[in-house]
Amino acid sequence: MRNFNYIGFLFDYGTLLVLALLCGWFSYVTIEEQSPTSISAAERLAKRASGELSTEAKVIVLARQGGEGESFAKTLSEQLTQAGISVGSTTIGKPTDARKALTDFGNTGKELAGIIADKHMANFANANLAKLGQAHPGLVKAKIFQPESYRWPNFLKKENLLNVMKQISVVAIIAIGMTMVIITAGIDLSVGSLIAFSGVITALTIQSLGGSAPTSGDLWLGAMVGILVCGLAGLFTGGLVTLFRIPAFIATLGIMFIAKGLAFIFSDSAPVPVGNEAFGWLGRGRDFLGLPNSVILMLILFTIAHVMMTRTSIGRYIYAVGGNPEAARLSGVPVKWVLLFVYTLTGLLAGLGGVMEASLHTTGDPKSGDLVELKVIAAVVVGGTSLAGGQGRITGTLIGAFIIAVINNGMNLTGVESHMQKVIYGTVILVAVLIDRLKIHLLKLKKT
Amino acid sequence: MPPKPDLPSGTPLLRMRDIRKSFPGVKALKGVDLTLQAGEVLALLGENGAGKSTLIKILGGAHQTDEGTIEISGQPACVATPQLSQASGIGIIYQEFNLVPYLTARENIFLGQEPGRISFIPKRDESAKARDLFERIGVDIPIEAECHQLSVAQQQIVEIAKTLAQNARIIVMDEPSAALSPRETKGLFRVIDELKSHGIGVIYISHRLDEIFEIADRVTILRDGEHIDTRPITNLTREKMIELMVGRSLEKEFPKREATLGQARFEVTNLRRGSRVRGVSFNIRAGEVLGLTGLVGAGRTETARLLFGADRPEHGIIRLDGKPLKIKSPRDAIRQGICLLTEDRKTHGLVLGLTARENFGLPNLSQFASLGFIRQREESREFLRYVDQIQIKIADPEQITGTLSGGNQQKVVLAKWLQRNAEVIIFDEPTRGIDVGAKYEIYQLINQLAEQGKAILMISSELPEILGVSDRILVMNEGHITGEITDIANATQEDVMNLATKREAVAA
Repeated sequence: MRNFNYIGFLFDYGTLLVLALLCGWFSYVTIEEQSPTSISAAERLAKRASGELSTEAKVIVLARQGGEGESFAKTLSEQLTQAGISVGSTTIGKPTDARKALTDFGNTGKELAGIIADKHMANFANANLAKLGQAHPGLVKAKIFQPESYRWPNFLKKENLLNVMKQISVVAIIAIGMTMVIITAGIDLSVGSLIAFSGVITALTIQSLGGSAPTSGDLWLGAMVGILVCGLAGLFTGGLVTLFRIPAFIATLGIMFIAKGLAFIFSDSAPVPVGNEAFGWLGRGRDFLGLPNSVILMLILFTIAHVMMTRTSIGRYIYAVGGNPEAARLSGVPVKWVLLFVYTLTGLLAGLGGVMEASLHTTGDPKSGDLVELKVIAAVVVGGTSLAGGQGRITGTLIGAFIIAVINNGMNLTGVESHMQKVIYGTVILVAVLIDRLKIHLLKLKKT
Repeated sequence: MPPKPDLPSGTPLLRMRDIRKSFPGVKALKGVDLTLQAGEVLALLGENGAGKSTLIKILGGAHQTDEGTIEISGQPACVATPQLSQASGIGIIYQEFNLVPYLTARENIFLGQEPGRISFIPKRDESAKARDLFERIGVDIPIEAECHQLSVAQQQIVEIAKTLAQNARIIVMDEPSAALSPRETKGLFRVIDELKSHGIGVIYISHRLDEIFEIADRVTILRDGEHIDTRPITNLTREKMIELMVGRSLEKEFPKREATLGQARFEVTNLRRGSRVRGVSFNIRAGEVLGLTGLVGAGRTETARLLFGADRPEHGIIRLDGKPLKIKSPRDAIRQGICLLTEDRKTHGLVLGLTARENFGLPNLSQFASLGFIRQREESREFLRYVDQIQIKIADPEQITGTLSGGNQQKVVLAKWLQRNAEVIIFDEPTRGIDVGAKYEIYQLINQLAEQGKAILMISSELPEILGVSDRILVMNEGHITGEITDIANATQEDVMNLATKREAVAA
């Protein structure tokens, strides 16, 4: 019926394409030999070793400390014992610990049939077994087992991908509100400062409620206070913008300094600790399918915001106010209310971001959130929302946030140095805006 | 002012031959010819969507033609960009002026013609030239006044002077009189006569047929992207003109109806705000179309805005069916059954970036939404009803409103307010910039609404329209209602003009 519109399609999904290309590129450049240390890898390895070794054979298990080392070694020795193999010792540590374990075994004079190890320890054993065997003949015949390695991009490792999402969750959540503000042709520079403000207020509230051992009720209440106070700051901004017609840029610039200053004053310039590890639930917890709680919260909020912007009256009103405030007003849109709403919502989300940040470190730090407002704006703009107002999408912002996170992460993985990262960062923002301009230009050519 | 071009007789100043232009899905121009002689006024007529704007944009370099040739003074000309077009001696004055509001008249006239990118401005030269231009056109505009302080008519003259300063020999005016009062239009015609006498060719686009008879030498008529006819004005009657434009003969310009008037429904008492609205009182009866007219600046639009809550009155009581209304915002007014179709669609009527359906739904969300969720399918279905009923030419309700033609935009505005089913409907210049066929449809619609017992206030500067459609006419001047005409059948345009220029108001 309708002609398929390639240009439109490209622009609607262009940012998605950019994201896919970035992911592809970083996957390609971070391909490496991977040696798994997961529990299932341990099970497979134990099965293979027990298949090749006779029962009652004596083995030792070696694994490097850190990461999954502990669970890897534990699973290995359990499975091997079950298969009837005698595990002489299980060592989780550094190469020197491995050397000690081997010489200890050699000192017993028994014959070692196998060394079951992760990749690093296997490399160590391979390199040193012959030498150790001169002093301890029992070791010479030991067969070294290690998990089968495969080639896989570091970027695409599950842990890394979860990390990408977790790192961007605060920025992305605030970007929801920022998208709406920018669609109304406004801007909010105060969100970075509100992160610090919210974190400090939350931590202080928790301290004053529960002292050094707050209950979980205190934690919830503290978080609510932090978020609500930022919501009020947003409402105040909205009031300045609507009632006194102060340009949003100036109004939020003022709030930005005030909130940052107050965060330092209230906290006496020092991080405010929260004396209950349970506070880390939001920032560090993983309660559902192994996904970080912050990521789940982000996905839920994006879903709600998307539905709000595409299906509800307030969404329609936000686009209308951004597109033509006077026409909107004359169509019965409560313009002032809409503006108050978007600034208040952005304040609340910045407050939530502050609580998440504080939760991550179980500390309310007045220094946190610096320059986050710019990252948030970058995510929104890269996601295709026009600073002129009236146009933009929540899904675009999510993609924009991911693009920024992926670039960040990819550059870290490939060892790009931090100053260079900033240069690339800025370039990406400029390219995104250029594409946006090009889009408007091409659409104009197509339509009139 | 350039010297009168010395052309071999018979060579037209401008000849456009077999101009074709397609946009995705539309053939906007299907081989249009146009010739313009030096020193003549050629009226370009056609309904909205006939291709006038596209043709003009091609001439101005805003669009490029797919096929066809353009010759200026017999030489092939390239007008592929606005710069090339300007250099070829073409000056286009669009409906929306291109003036920088905080620059002076002089600065605007010479904008882009400074001697270099970085140079001192030869201010004295410019002043002399500007004064000379204004003198030749025969107007007196303070050359150092900032443009936002000038009236619309004066700004238009500045635009004309600007094209002349760029040595334009062909000047295109797109709906130049749309925002002018009759008196100012007369002034414009004097200027155009001056231009003619200097050998400049003028292409004049207007929907006001009276003006065409007054100013044009020849008429070129387009319909559906095709060239229908070009004739000297003396060979045309008003009826014939309309027939050529719409492709069928229109019985009458204004539909007739028998008004059955009921009780006074909408009463306004002593409405005031500043110097623009100084104590306006009137009432509208059920089923009545009340015309409100006056010169530009008389306070008509301002009165409408007060009634609609777009501005806050200093004083005044507004009653609907005897009940006083509290109106603090347009939202209040809409809720209480008043709606206003603004005169300026682009800036006040529509959010051009939204789709037609979304604009349609904007004042009707209380109907289409429950708990804030919009039932988009229902919204779309209702909108499509109007697409049929008032014949909105639209491919898809999801079309972005900014891409629709002016007439169709106006119909989207109409649809959104009709859906509101308001009791008091204020039309501010409902047919401005709309073609003849569509005008008739809008008049019919106004009549239908009146027949349903609504109270209708129609503001218009077009005297034939106000006389043809209203049941009663109020005339405003300087913020006062200066008179009322109840005997429409025997009223003349002169009667209205007399009231419109009456200095002192009768105590209301």
